[in-house]
Amino acid sequence: MADNNKPVMTENESGKKVHEPLFHITKKAAIPWQKAWAVRIGSVVAALIVCALVTMLLVHKDPIKIYGTMLSGAFGTSRRIWNLLQGIAMLLCVSLAVTPAFKMRFWNIGGEGQVLIGGLATAACMILLGDKIPNALLIVVMLISSLAAGAIWGLIPAVFKAKWNTNETLFTLMMNYVATQLVAYFVNVWEVPKGSGKIGIINQATRAGWLPVIGKYDYLLNIIVVFVLTFVLYAYLKYSKHGYEIAVVGESENTARYIGINVKKVILRTMILSGAVCGLTGFLLVGSTNHTVTTTIAGGRGFTAIMVSWLAKFNPIFMILTSALLVILEKGAGEIATVYGLNKSFSDILTGIILFFIIGSEFFINYTINFRKAHKEGK
Amino acid sequence: MGEQKAIEMRGITKRFGSIIANEGVDLEVRRGEILAILGENGSGKTTLMNMLSGIYFPDEGQIFIEGKEVVIRSPKDAFDYKIGMIHQHFKLVDVFTATENIILGMKDEGKYNLKDAASKVQAICDRYGFVIDPQKKIYEMSVSEKQTVEIVKVLFRGADFLILDEPTAVLTPQETEKLFSVLRKMRDDGKSIVIITHKLHEVLALTDRVTVLRKGKFIATVNTKETSESELTEMMVGKKVSLNIDRDDPVDPKDRLIVKHINCRNIEGRKILDDISFTVRSGEILGIAGIAGSGQRELLESIAGLQKLEGGEITYINPANDKAEDLRNKTPMQIRNLGVRLSFVPEDRLGMGLVGNMDIIDNVMLRSYRKGKTVFLERKEPADLAQKIIDDLEVVTPGPTTPVRRLSGGNVQKVLVGREISSAPKVLMVAYPVRGLDINSSYMIYNLLNEQKKNGAAIIFVGEDLDVLVELCDRIMVLNSGKITGIVDGREAVKEEIGLLMTKSDNVKGGNADG
Repeated sequence: MADNNKPVMTENESGKKVHEPLFHITKKAAIPWQKAWAVRIGSVVAALIVCALVTMLLVHKDPIKIYGTMLSGAFGTSRRIWNLLQGIAMLLCVSLAVTPAFKMRFWNIGGEGQVLIGGLATAACMILLGDKIPNALLIVVMLISSLAAGAIWGLIPAVFKAKWNTNETLFTLMMNYVATQLVAYFVNVWEVPKGSGKIGIINQATRAGWLPVIGKYDYLLNIIVVFVLTFVLYAYLKYSKHGYEIAVVGESENTARYIGINVKKVILRTMILSGAVCGLTGFLLVGSTNHTVTTTIAGGRGFTAIMVSWLAKFNPIFMILTSALLVILEKGAGEIATVYGLNKSFSDILTGIILFFIIGSEFFINYTINFRKAHKEGK
Repeated sequence: MGEQKAIEMRGITKRFGSIIANEGVDLEVRRGEILAILGENGSGKTTLMNMLSGIYFPDEGQIFIEGKEVVIRSPKDAFDYKIGMIHQHFKLVDVFTATENIILGMKDEGKYNLKDAASKVQAICDRYGFVIDPQKKIYEMSVSEKQTVEIVKVLFRGADFLILDEPTAVLTPQETEKLFSVLRKMRDDGKSIVIITHKLHEVLALTDRVTVLRKGKFIATVNTKETSESELTEMMVGKKVSLNIDRDDPVDPKDRLIVKHINCRNIEGRKILDDISFTVRSGEILGIAGIAGSGQRELLESIAGLQKLEGGEITYINPANDKAEDLRNKTPMQIRNLGVRLSFVPEDRLGMGLVGNMDIIDNVMLRSYRKGKTVFLERKEPADLAQKIIDDLEVVTPGPTTPVRRLSGGNVQKVLVGREISSAPKVLMVAYPVRGLDINSSYMIYNLLNEQKKNGAAIIFVGEDLDVLVELCDRIMVLNSGKITGIVDGREAVKEEIGLLMTKSDNVKGGNADG
């Protein structure tokens, strides 16, 4: 107002045409769940179409055949189906482990390390105590020490968080590297034969410490354990007092303090649980699946689990679906890489496209895009 | 001057999901007038003005300036049409001076010249009678000074239309009067001013015309001279309401909570409570007045066991056996285990009192979820209580399993207050319980407090509306920078006296509760 160097805008405007923006975004009301699921399924279909286009343009292959190969990679033989189920179970187990922490808004990205350390504890028991104590007792000792090892690995960052409010994301991440190095060290200590750089199958002759096989299905035990655990954890989070406290602390620490919840105690307790379930995964991987330990035994599941948990909105039952989706994609992608001699990166591209669409569909469930209306264009 | 339409909004509609914030609203602002947009909380006043200032874009409707249709896509567009808005929450950089904040984000033609800018700022101040020091940093300023900077900022940018969103909510009576006088001067200078408010006496004292909105819809525009408080209320609420708050005499008051010489520091080490001593008695409402941030929150949190104190005593006299319990530095859990029936409705409803993403049942359960010996939750009793609160307090909700963040402000508060009084408290602390509530809900809350008072609860009421404090409270204690500057009798107090106690800076003497 103090100056007159600005022309009056309304005069300037006379020459300009009036334009609404091309589109604007508004928030939607809650839509019925059927419709939400229709959008999600639609997004998967759209993703498959885009994947098909990309396949044709980039590698000039028939997309229908590619999809067929993906499916046969996941479900082709009964062996593959068992492998798939075992893969789903192990991923789901780690996902279940990190979920209570996530509900508390404690970003435990140290699942990888917690699994490894649990596996290492299991292997240590098998190597050091194998054939020295009764087998049943050995398995109990293996279980307890793996749970304890995982719990401790989860508890350390939690203590620092509760006492000094350190950043748990960085802390748990760093604990992964510590766990990897520890495993690498002990692999050297226990390597068989000397100089090979790996432990090999532990107690192959006596099978001491190998978890029992149900019927002739190698992986059935793992699958059952994880399946039961899914429902136990669901009930824990939804119906127990502990689960309620976790939710309150996660939503608002101030509210938790206000009603007298001991926030530190809840953080410690929940991370013990989270770490212990990771330790259990390590126990199953070493004691039942692999009968050995390597630095890559967790196979990135500690990180993939984060996605499984988020995609399922922290609901353990939905996590069965999301972990299945991710494992099927992974197995199928691996198959097309081998069958068509394609680079592994190509299957990653397809997986990426599919996930992008699934995550993106949430936007369309929550928002509407309003385009400029035609009748406004009267010039 | 007068009849010329400067801004016209026609048929404006704005939706947020299923919520219709504005529906077919017509509005007209003339040159050289002060227009009030009057409506209850949630009636769409701010949304409507945000569309004029470029924050939101209307779903339907047209805006005309000087008779030409315009499109306002961003705050920058709004400024090009000389529209400036002063928001309720100030948008200033704390470590910058007033001048630096005022020129921040301006496209400078030529050189960056602070001295020039400072003298221009001074010129604006002189013209309308603002008092600010252009060199003062924002963090050293009072709320009213910050508001002045915001107003000068939009004037500096050449605004001819000023929109003020609830400008008096944070001001004392004296500061309000000062603001009104500069607004009148600006009107006489030919500027158009729109003030968003729900306070009727301000509308009558200041404005030329009033536009009333109700539930997002346009109700009427009237000339201020030709209307009255009761007519405006009726338009706002949609029915006749009586605007009197009951106040019975306390029955058999007994000392219930005795606070002696408590001190408290914040994280930066600044003293936030300074030698506070007072007594709350059963069957009375003790009001606490003060500028925002004078220590009200810390005082209530100290009593609730959420603040660490340096010395002093907080004593609760248990009415069951007249036993004195020391509450100082106890956790909320320990306080409850002592059998102290203390309820607390905190200022931050969704951040402290409730959990926004949880449903009404789970929120009602917050206080009682530990009941029962099993590790599992018992949701039956809380569900009954939730239903009772919904019925008794007329909570508008699709059902008890709706997350509380989906409820409107008034209904959120009803859930919180309902839960807190359900335990028949002996001490009830409420902080800004009617902030953001419509008139009907506000009166319901006042009635609930009076009911608790009748039941013999000792009530501490932290409020910001001095009109309400002098009508509702038996005694009013004034806090000023963490000190008590006076305790006055609610039946004899006048607003201006309390306003002075809120702002006086020297000769602060330690207050005494036996007033």
